[in-house]
Amino acid sequence: MLTIKNLHVSIEDKQILKGINLEVQKGEIHAIMGPNGSGKSTLASVLAGRNLFNITEGEIIYEGKNLLEMAPEERAREGIFLGFQYPVEIPGVSMMNFLKTAVNEQRKHRGLEPMKSSDFLKMMREKKDLVEIDSNLTNRSVNEGFSGGEKKRNEIFQMAMLDPRLSILDETDSGLDIDALKIVAHGVNKLKSSENATIVITHYQRLLNYIIPDRVHVLYDGQIVKSGNKDLAIELEDKGYDWLRKETQAG
Amino acid sequence: MSIHAQSIDLKDRFAAFFYKHQSTIREGLPEGINQHRQVAIEAFQQNGIPDRNVEDYKYTDLNPAFEKDYRTYIRPKQIDFNLNDIFHCDVPALDTHVVLLLNGWFYEKKTPQKKLPNGVIITSLREAANEYPEVIQKHYNQYADSKNQGLTALNTAFAQDGVFIYVPRGKAMDKPVQIINLLMDEEPGMSQHRNLMVMEEGSQAKVIVCDHTLSQSTFLTNSVTEIYAGQNAHMDFVRIQNEHNDSTQISNLYLNQERDSNVTSNTISLHGGLIRNNYYLRLNGENCENKTLGLYLTDRGQHIDSYVHMDHAHPHSRSNQLFKGVLDDYATGAFNGRILVRQDAQKTEAYQANNNILLTDDAKMNSKPQLEIYADDVKCSHGGTSGQLNGDALFYLRSRGIPLKEAQLLLMYAFAHEIIGEIHIQPLQDRIHELTEKRLRGELTRCNYCQMHCGDSGKN
Repeated sequence: MLTIKNLHVSIEDKQILKGINLEVQKGEIHAIMGPNGSGKSTLASVLAGRNLFNITEGEIIYEGKNLLEMAPEERAREGIFLGFQYPVEIPGVSMMNFLKTAVNEQRKHRGLEPMKSSDFLKMMREKKDLVEIDSNLTNRSVNEGFSGGEKKRNEIFQMAMLDPRLSILDETDSGLDIDALKIVAHGVNKLKSSENATIVITHYQRLLNYIIPDRVHVLYDGQIVKSGNKDLAIELEDKGYDWLRKETQAG
Repeated sequence: MSIHAQSIDLKDRFAAFFYKHQSTIREGLPEGINQHRQVAIEAFQQNGIPDRNVEDYKYTDLNPAFEKDYRTYIRPKQIDFNLNDIFHCDVPALDTHVVLLLNGWFYEKKTPQKKLPNGVIITSLREAANEYPEVIQKHYNQYADSKNQGLTALNTAFAQDGVFIYVPRGKAMDKPVQIINLLMDEEPGMSQHRNLMVMEEGSQAKVIVCDHTLSQSTFLTNSVTEIYAGQNAHMDFVRIQNEHNDSTQISNLYLNQERDSNVTSNTISLHGGLIRNNYYLRLNGENCENKTLGLYLTDRGQHIDSYVHMDHAHPHSRSNQLFKGVLDDYATGAFNGRILVRQDAQKTEAYQANNNILLTDDAKMNSKPQLEIYADDVKCSHGGTSGQLNGDALFYLRSRGIPLKEAQLLLMYAFAHEIIGEIHIQPLQDRIHELTEKRLRGELTRCNYCQMHCGDSGKN
């Protein structure tokens, strides 16, 4: 589904990603872990199409297409979803209008008619139940005045509405208490299918108690220095990133 | 009847025209109005048409607009047109008392009922001057500054007609009054109409003003509106400016608020060549509430300049100015807002903000907020921003599959909503939302036809 080959990314002459290689198949959950500043969020942003970065080398192939040539909205319509680490507040744009526009753009892309209002409301109700989001959030402006937890849950709700093929969740667990964390993880697990894939980016192992990854990768100084199964996350939690630092330097 | 472009100074030209035609100008009007002319024309000769050397007009030079050759309508020009061909109400459920000004003159045929059963009067300034001399005597030219403001003085010297609204004590208007200013002629025209609105103690009214050009010729408007809001009076004043690129519109609004009164004014400038909106607001009593809001959407070579002078003369009043604009292409704009808090005006709350979105590198906005405070126990703030659409917000929307153009529109629309949401006449608010969206989509680039289509209740 997704192949990242030798990806080099810089911002203002500072090299951030220094040769990432990653292969994600459908039906899989991948976790990317790593200390602050290792390039995790940059990777997520580059996948979603943020144009703040220079791609100096490498390629990303998604469903056989060159992802780097696609605008962010095209990527979204092709099934890529980024759960933001810091969801943006957009006063004056109602959640309803925002979601309706997004869903209908996606439908247009698939050659479908815009959704009828009644069907749309029904779908919203179902998805709200699925991810256990507070129902009055959708009556407000996008993320405006939402608490940290509400913002993250809102990301998962949007993910449910858009039904993506590849979700990238950027530190969705940061700033969440354990109850909110469970709700978010629960949502992700419910949305998982054999047809889609998820990349979970996290600093801590605790989210992985609730979302069981098929593969765990450790990103360190712009490179994936270690990959393994879910046990790698536990090992990391025990030994800390210092362990890897030493191992990498020794290597 | 036209003032021909000559090499002599503009102000002398207007003065000469005044002296030559003053008997026609004075004809049919009582002293209540005519008594102000001589002083006004002299004040105009003193002050002239402001140019960029005048601090408050630093960003807008009006002289070129005045130098053109216009017909001035010192007598109403008979223009044959079938009003019903032009207007069909396009605002569902907008039920209003419609009054029409054609090139600044009250259009009698459109106003069947001038006095409502509850004593509310909606008529022409001419008629009011003769029928209600005591009201004219008490209020006419009492709030407008015909001494120091050249343009206001010019209007006072020439004004012959306009709209007069009177709401008696304790009465509420059953529905909004809608004043439609139409400019229509095959040759360039200049209108200097004069409106007077008197709201007695405890009265309530909503007034909508729509400005339209209906033909392609060059137009210049220099209008003055005086509003007196008596003690505990409530008023909503909404103005929609929609004129073509060859028009210059100067509107001078003078509002005097007595204690406990509450006035919201909302100016939506959808289109216009050059617009200068002056707001002179005086909170002349305790516990007044004022909101002065403006939204302007400009593109190409359009220019809009808003000037606000908010005078807090007494304690415990609150005022809030918010002006927002979206400037596209090489459009230019200016905002100059001044809050004056006098020494006695303790516990004043006065806020002012001017926010702009510049869609191109060539669009330009000059924003100059000013505070002048002589009281020591007040809450005041002012600020201005000019910038592009928020890049983070744009990316967020696009990352959900919304195309760039649509995402930009959503953000601009949201930006405008803060002002439009304050229009307290729901069908009008809905319609303005629609027009704003169309305007932002670039679907309303031409404007010689009325976009409101609401002068007639054809469909209702």
